[in-house]
Amino acid sequence: MSDYNFAYLDEQTKRMIRRAILKGLAIPGYQVPFASREMPMPYGWGTGGVQVSAAVLTPEDRFKVIDQGADDTTNAVSIRRFFEKTAGVAVTEATTEASVIQTRHRIPETPLREDQILVYQVPIPEPLRFLEPSEVETRKMHSLEEYGLMHVKLYEDISQHGAIATAYAYPVKVEGRYVMDPSPIPKFDNPKLEMAGIQLFGAGREQRIYAVPPYTQVVSLDFDDYPFEPTKADHACDLCGATDSYLDELIMDDAGGRMFMCSDTDYCGARRTAGHLGAQGAPLAEDAA
Amino acid sequence: MTPLLQVEGIAKMYGARIGCTDVSFDLYPGEVMGIVGESGSGKSTLLNCLAGHLQPDAGAVRFDTRAEGLRDTVMMSEPERRMLSRTDWAFVHQHARDGLRMNVSAGGNVGERLMAVNARHYGDIRDKAIDWLGRVEISADRIDDRPTAFSGGMQQRLQIARNLVTGPRLVFMDEPTGGLDVSVQARLLDLLRGLVREMGLSAIIVTHDLAVVRLLADRLMVMKDGHVIESGLTDQVLDDPQHAYTQLLVSSVLQV
Amino acid sequence: MYVAVKGGERAIDNAHAWLAEERRGDRDVAELGVDQIREQMTLAVNRVMAEGSLYDPDLAALAIKQSRGDLIEAIFLIRAYRTTLPRFGGSNPVDTATMACDRRVSATFKDAPGGQVLGPTFDYTHRLLDFKLAADGEFGEMPQTEPNAGETPHIMGFLDREDLIQSEPTGSDTPDDLTRSPLELPASRALRLQALTRGDEGFILGMAYSTQRGYARNHAFVAELRIGAVAVEMEIPELGFAIDIGEITLTECETVNQFKGSKTEPPQFTRGYGLVFGMTERKAISMALVDRALRWKELGEDNLGAPAQDEEFVLYHADNIQATGFLEHIKLPHYVDFQSELELIRKLRREAQASEQAAGQAEEEGPSGGSLKGKMKEGVAS
Repeated sequence: MSDYNFAYLDEQTKRMIRRAILKGLAIPGYQVPFASREMPMPYGWGTGGVQVSAAVLTPEDRFKVIDQGADDTTNAVSIRRFFEKTAGVAVTEATTEASVIQTRHRIPETPLREDQILVYQVPIPEPLRFLEPSEVETRKMHSLEEYGLMHVKLYEDISQHGAIATAYAYPVKVEGRYVMDPSPIPKFDNPKLEMAGIQLFGAGREQRIYAVPPYTQVVSLDFDDYPFEPTKADHACDLCGATDSYLDELIMDDAGGRMFMCSDTDYCGARRTAGHLGAQGAPLAEDAA
Repeated sequence: MTPLLQVEGIAKMYGARIGCTDVSFDLYPGEVMGIVGESGSGKSTLLNCLAGHLQPDAGAVRFDTRAEGLRDTVMMSEPERRMLSRTDWAFVHQHARDGLRMNVSAGGNVGERLMAVNARHYGDIRDKAIDWLGRVEISADRIDDRPTAFSGGMQQRLQIARNLVTGPRLVFMDEPTGGLDVSVQARLLDLLRGLVREMGLSAIIVTHDLAVVRLLADRLMVMKDGHVIESGLTDQVLDDPQHAYTQLLVSSVLQV
Repeated sequence: MYVAVKGGERAIDNAHAWLAEERRGDRDVAELGVDQIREQMTLAVNRVMAEGSLYDPDLAALAIKQSRGDLIEAIFLIRAYRTTLPRFGGSNPVDTATMACDRRVSATFKDAPGGQVLGPTFDYTHRLLDFKLAADGEFGEMPQTEPNAGETPHIMGFLDREDLIQSEPTGSDTPDDLTRSPLELPASRALRLQALTRGDEGFILGMAYSTQRGYARNHAFVAELRIGAVAVEMEIPELGFAIDIGEITLTECETVNQFKGSKTEPPQFTRGYGLVFGMTERKAISMALVDRALRWKELGEDNLGAPAQDEEFVLYHADNIQATGFLEHIKLPHYVDFQSELELIRKLRREAQASEQAAGQAEEEGPSGGSLKGKMKEGVAS
């Protein structure tokens, strides 16, 4: 792919995307429209994240890509390869060694530093979309800070179920102004949205970019008497024993036997390398290649 | 004393046809103005122009805003007008479906305006909703039911609760008793009268039913073919109508 | 003991290798040539060019070969390629009045200058499978005649002269390019037309059909349908004038529609417009109908709530690359989100059952328990 520009996109396009990113950083949580380009992977498969990554990557960067917390899922592999081919950047699976991390549906367990950028893949950037299908109307609601409808939804959940019934893509208020969809991360990850790294959100098909600068206030919506709870399965990781990480549940046999393991494969692997073992854990080398 | 609402020269045309023309009046805090006329008189057009739902072709609608005194709402930007309709203004639609969220529970409907101005305690919001449901005579155990499960009269009462819960200063009502059974109408009118007095509301009520204005309105405007043909104190106009059309209207009311 | 599943990279490589085999098919059968597709599957090539927004029959044919005949996949290839192409500039607007018409028909007049020319159309064929075609595609000599000498003027021009038809606004401003700026609503007519011409033919067809069946019916007549080649001209700054840089085939459809009930205008015919790369009739006519339906606001008509009148609905769902991308993305792993839903539903069910048990006990113990509903739904005092 030597005929292509660094990271595939032409410089004009990157400039356009960077302007959108800067605007997003200047107005945390506000959705900036941008002219999304057709990319070699389908809309809905991370083109927004890919365009944002392409715009921020430099040749010196180390790039990590995860999907559902794992580096080895097929779409993460596909995207990582894309950048290896078109940008020739170094890639890594270690969160601590990456300078740019593109993610789908998870925030890494290891806290990010000020010199790191987290790029989220976003399917539907509009937190009000399922309450109000019209884009014209939701843009008005954001500009007028008309978020009553959002809380009505939470009220309805409590009156029907006794608790707020949103498990992922849990809406947040950014810096006290804009209500934002943090992408379909489990609500367990919401507290991590207040971090030292830069967070960039790309929605290619919907043509929106938004951002959260470091150390920005991000509050999950709730009621004073029904406070937000970042819950996870009440287990420890069966491989590394971690009790503080988000877990994948695997079905083991026909009898309904199951085991739980860290969704963040790098976090789990690092723990196992350091000697932590869970109920079913064994040292790392025995995994199938 | 500053009027709460100052209407001057409102006109709305539909091509060559007159929707309404040359309407002017002042409304003071605590006053209820009735606008009566038959179908096609222009009364709904006028109400929609006043409430910001339609853009008038001429005229001003000045409202005594809390922050800046009298301001012409026709010239306001849409965001400003929307803010007004969430706080100081309320609009009760003829068909409750137009003024309610039919897929949200009664409690959610009443609580929405509270949540829109940052009420954040579920228990408090729910208590307030129960309180208001009580004031409009809806039983508290219906709080989680959707309006689709309510009778027409109940839906209308719910709409009223939803509008009044944040204490607006001016309420627009479009045929609030339209389509309801007579006994239900009577109950609703009684309720409205009580609430208006209790809360010191100003209201502009459009109706074709003279009994409604008799009961609720202090003052009255009669419209025909887009023009205001008579206005004055309600009792005076109804007991001693001057214009031939008003006389016709009054005499047409069936005595039972 | 559990061993973590790995090997995503190898799985992908193997999948691609198998795909290449499937694309080739039975090796005893001759390989399909790009030129064969270009020549003998022209209408497929046209669709790929139109919805890919790139006029290049060879590239479109290649895309069709690579995508194994899946036209949306082929369109995707063309769109992605288009993103990488440098832009030298813009042409002058093409002048369809100068089109050398291979086909030109009008439903509004029996005859008009330029004549009714059927062209190579399927219209009057009988849809009977021709089994002879399976064996050999030979056919007899086609009778020849002289081509039409003069230009073929637009039929709309005649209606215009009588002032019967609403005139289109003129202007020399270059409209926004839909592929360079994000679609923001309300959209100008130019942006709408751009979105429609590259929108999915099936979707636009369905929308057009819905208007005919009464969802915002506006009674369309095809004033003119013309298909043929037009010259593409471009201003060259260094030369100071415009030169012909090539020729493209276009399908242009103008519809005439009844105008109903406006505040200020007496009745006038109104128009719908469709313009598509290549010989792509169905799309051009559909486009004209949907264009007309979307114009309700600027023509002072009522919003009847019909889907074809809803600009957001039509424009946001017309693009089949966006649509298929998002549709197919649900095949991707979503187990993290699903896991959080699982946890939530388990928690809610546990709490519901606990409440029921507590209520059951309370009923046994006495009337002090309160209703189940009350227990579940009251706010917790802070």
